[in-house]
Amino acid sequence: MDEDPVDALVATAPDGIDFDGLSVEKHADGYTFETPEAVRTGLEEAALRELAAEDAHVGNWYFWHAVAPQTDARWAFLRWLEGAEDHAVPERYDALADGLATEWGQLQVAVSLDGPAGRTYELRHVEDAETPAGELDDHDDPLAARDLAKHDDDGDYRPLKTAPTLQTGWRFPALGAPDIVEAVHAFYPATVQNWHREREGELDIDHWHETVSRQTGIYGVVRTWDRGEGYEHVNWVAEACCDDSQCLKRREWQYDGETELDVDGGDGEFPCREPCSLVIAAARQWTKLEGEQTRTYEFELTPSEKAQVEAIIEAVADGRADDIREADVYDGANRYRTRFLRAKLFDDEGNLAGVETDD
Amino acid sequence: MEQALVIAAHGSHLNAESSTPTFSHADTVRATGAFSEVRESFWKEEPHFREALRTVDAEEVYLVPLFISEGYFTEQVIPREFRLEEWDPELWDSDGTSADVATLTAGDTGQTVHYCGPVGTHDSMSDVIVQRAKSVTDDPDVGDGVGLAVVGHGTERNENSAKAIEYHADRIAEQDRFDEVKALFMDEDPEVDDVTDFFDSEDSEAHSASGRSHGRRPCEDVVVVPLFIADGYHTQEDIPEDMGLCEDYRDGWDVPETVDGHRIWYAGAVGTEPLMADVVLERTADAGADVSAAIEQIRGESGAGPAAGNNLQ
Ligand code: SF4
Repeated sequence: MDEDPVDALVATAPDGIDFDGLSVEKHADGYTFETPEAVRTGLEEAALRELAAEDAHVGNWYFWHAVAPQTDARWAFLRWLEGAEDHAVPERYDALADGLATEWGQLQVAVSLDGPAGRTYELRHVEDAETPAGELDDHDDPLAARDLAKHDDDGDYRPLKTAPTLQTGWRFPALGAPDIVEAVHAFYPATVQNWHREREGELDIDHWHETVSRQTGIYGVVRTWDRGEGYEHVNWVAEACCDDSQCLKRREWQYDGETELDVDGGDGEFPCREPCSLVIAAARQWTKLEGEQTRTYEFELTPSEKAQVEAIIEAVADGRADDIREADVYDGANRYRTRFLRAKLFDDEGNLAGVETDD
Repeated sequence: MEQALVIAAHGSHLNAESSTPTFSHADTVRATGAFSEVRESFWKEEPHFREALRTVDAEEVYLVPLFISEGYFTEQVIPREFRLEEWDPELWDSDGTSADVATLTAGDTGQTVHYCGPVGTHDSMSDVIVQRAKSVTDDPDVGDGVGLAVVGHGTERNENSAKAIEYHADRIAEQDRFDEVKALFMDEDPEVDDVTDFFDSEDSEAHSASGRSHGRRPCEDVVVVPLFIADGYHTQEDIPEDMGLCEDYRDGWDVPETVDGHRIWYAGAVGTEPLMADVVLERTADAGADVSAAIEQIRGESGAGPAAGNNLQ
């Protein structure tokens, strides 16, 4: 890897090189060196070396063959980060000179050149795009991302890595090509591989019904929630858990291979290929709860009280309850408003309007 | 050919610390350079079991369950989720504590997977328990005049879970290092609630794991090692309260804490002991991985001594 790119080019020329607009071959009458800008033939080795030393295509070829990780998914991801399939080398190198930023979930990756045959990757939270570097905590070890991914900005545990709650305030100032992929994996495990599989048309999706059918042990009960009479319950699960406001993966799984859900899968860059463990654990609880029959309760509420109950449900469901200002008594989910409602409507056992849950 | 290690652990939706031992043992193994890649994977966290193999480049993978006993997780969940389609528990030919390795092909990636038995039933786990006793007491020679209780769940949901506890208690008892060694349980007899009773009488009637009670004198000092992978509700709340180390776990307890005239040395799940990384490596060594230098390195760093498996000094 510390080989000189020009030496590597000369050594590889007899096999032929054809990559990102660069073509080099060795013929009986000398070398050919071809780029979209120039075609030179019949070159002596010294002339080839001179041309190669000044051409960005050579460093680019070297980076992608000797520096970047060679496994398909990692390679494709790094290419995607700099738009390598869409932009010719000179144009791309101009952009990389200033740093080229791309988003992956809540990550911002900025690629820049590290010499003609190198790249360096800066990683930070998208919301820290404009934050001065000095205000961010710097990390070098990609595995440090595991700890950063564990808690949100309030210090709460994040059981779902792709929840849009990644903490801010950190930066990886200069990762190499293999390490940027590792860091992305630590923040969003397997997203690069599944994104790549999808691009290749090989994403192995396990739909809801297959996934719950596979469950055993305490999760086996979820199988009984599918009764072959519709999939509305799965629409509700997807709306509750997989919406972009809750998870940055783009849900590709449906009810089954024939039956698409009615809920939008989201706009995430990377796909979700099967219901995750959090969804299955929640579905276990819903399976139990949804086994109950409805019954009729009678309550007396003022129109504003009914609207307030709805406002409270909305606020909790949208994670907004903590943001409602202390004295904002105009918001139905305000704490004082809610405490007033409780004081007025609950009996000593916590029953709404004194109506018992079980009678 | 490059060889990778994948560690399969339970993880948690609720407890942020559940994955910590997995990460630290993975880091220890990573630092030895014995594997081209080391990946953590989880049942309740990500990377999930389901998608771990596709993040590994190597064609040959050693898969080690960071679980205490053989049973539901090692025999059903892990093989299914990793798509080890030809799996059959018969391939381990185990009596409940003797699983070794089965070599299979992963259905989604085509990788060769050497599926190893869980860390908890490997012989070298006995060394980790002893090491735990040393680190809790801060005494490398701990043993003389001291009792050791190895604590587990019990048979709830899995009879092998008790077997693993008894297996190690017996092995350690045979070394004659501690005055008494007992296997105790949370939800069945002999129960951890009565821990001091078992180390009490001069001529102990209590069941000795070795079947050989010294019957000389009561052990004033008792080291209690819970055979759990990660700290959580059981090791940090239930067991300390059950043993009477504290009224309420939130009040904490001292190490040692005096209970009924005994000094109880208790410091949480054995799975957090750094020497656990050695057990992970031993599992892969038994499965054919070339890791002997890494094993020596880890055992040297932990002060556990050079020998693997059977040599309990
Ligand atoms: S199942 Fe839903 S919540 Fe879970 S990872 Fe996929 S999209 Fe996200």
